[in-house]
Amino acid sequence: MSDVAMDGAEQRGAASAGAKALPAAAASAWLPGPVTRALEWFGNLGIFFWRVVRAGATPPYEWREFLRQLDEVGAKSLSLVAMAGAAIGVVVALEARYSLAHFGAKSLFPATLVYSVVQIMGPIITGLVVSGRVGAGIGAELASMSVTEQIDAIEVSAVNPYRLLAAPRILACIVMLPLLTLAADASALVMGWATQAMVEPLSFHQFINNGFYGATLNAFLPPTFKTAVYGLIIGSIACFHGMRTRGGAEGVGRAATNSVVLGSLFVILADVVLVKFILAVFP
Amino acid sequence: MTAPIAERDLKKSEVESPAAVAIDQVHQSFGEHCVLDGVTLKVKRGETLAVLGRSGTGKSVLLRIVIGLQNPDAGTIRIQGQDLNGLTMDQMGEIRKRMGFLFQHAALYDSLTVEDNVAFPLLHHRREMSAAERRDRVHSLLTEVGIQGNLSKMPSDLSGGMQKRVGLARALALDPEILLLDEPTAGLDPIGSGEIDDLILKLKKERHMSSIVVTHDMHSAKTIADRLALLDKGHVVIEGTFDDLKQSDNEFVGLFLKQS
Repeated sequence: MSDVAMDGAEQRGAASAGAKALPAAAASAWLPGPVTRALEWFGNLGIFFWRVVRAGATPPYEWREFLRQLDEVGAKSLSLVAMAGAAIGVVVALEARYSLAHFGAKSLFPATLVYSVVQIMGPIITGLVVSGRVGAGIGAELASMSVTEQIDAIEVSAVNPYRLLAAPRILACIVMLPLLTLAADASALVMGWATQAMVEPLSFHQFINNGFYGATLNAFLPPTFKTAVYGLIIGSIACFHGMRTRGGAEGVGRAATNSVVLGSLFVILADVVLVKFILAVFP
Repeated sequence: MTAPIAERDLKKSEVESPAAVAIDQVHQSFGEHCVLDGVTLKVKRGETLAVLGRSGTGKSVLLRIVIGLQNPDAGTIRIQGQDLNGLTMDQMGEIRKRMGFLFQHAALYDSLTVEDNVAFPLLHHRREMSAAERRDRVHSLLTEVGIQGNLSKMPSDLSGGMQKRVGLARALALDPEILLLDEPTAGLDPIGSGEIDDLILKLKKERHMSSIVVTHDMHSAKTIADRLALLDKGHVVIEGTFDDLKQSDNEFVGLFLKQS
């Protein structure tokens, strides 16, 4: 079979693509099983992602599905993300107040809270909450469609499932994560201020002025927009696991679990890399 | 004036292979288990071929290979002379617009109503249609398969027979030239099976489509098919009319007919 033919053959059969796209190579003879499986997983994820990019970048564009997913991923996660942000704001405020008082640096409370929330806690908490809610939702929904042959039905209707199902979900995650992070940050800062204001008088205006004093956009925009990468990870892993699911209800459960666990794990790992990258590029 | 190359090739291939579907030496294995071992079949234009065999003999796999949901280990599939080998998903999509597929369990979209299920292919491939035209077309398709007044129901609210009818309406939405039916009467009571058979016969007469029907229901196959092919252990044991099967002295054919 020619290269083109191989490429074409691998293009078809969305549901079976992940499972059959990259069989274990001869290298598996000398590599330990888990390593081979991990390499296979990354290889298949790469192939899957390339297909999504290729399908999503060419018309017809699925705008209607994209808008629906913006609502699913964004609007429906807003309250959860805001609540998580609020809780983090309270916790950071309580911890920071006692620590700063211990070192005699109570005046740094606003800046400590703002920087802790916006640069560290807000993005990662948003990533993990969305990974739990959206990752499980996408994984289970697509897995259920896969085991009931609905993805096959989409394909035989001459509609590309990578274009219709995966691309809008992944893109919606990429777009909505930074916006949800802003919501989490805002919620955390308001609740952090309220926690402090209940103990000592501190106007919100003064809190914001002190907290953002001398801050540049470089200090706040990169940590917020790095969550677009989290969105890419969460959406891609959930769609990948969902669309290649086999094995009935058990398979659906496994896809949902894998979507959340691996999505969360890779969000945390990506954070390590992105923090280093941001510190290097935006010192 | 010389015809364009693609047109010339198509005409040449039509002359050489007039078959609507040509399956040539298709092999498919799952691990050590060989399901299809050099299966060769042809379906002429306007003809209905029933593929019979015991459960697990690869009948449904063969149908999935024909529609391009699965790639065979070896062998070629030609749809109206066009080889499926090497086509991308979008190229395959162009061929699939000329084909309809009824899944064994209907595979209706469970989050869409009956109306939206049938409208799905129209929404994606007849974008020039207005909403009113689309609705009219859906009503006409559902009437054709004997469903009226269930448009806003969800698939889970329908019986198995009704789901198959809706699946059939969806498969017919783009006016396919080739129809593939995977166990259309499986899981239905005898009356329901008879109704589906009558429906398939009616569609065959009115639309002159080529069809492949995968079934283990000999009575249904005898009713709707022009020719039958019996699969066993990955091979086509016999191919011909029902009378050819009856006259065969093959032991497996005799046993299959006796037990059906």
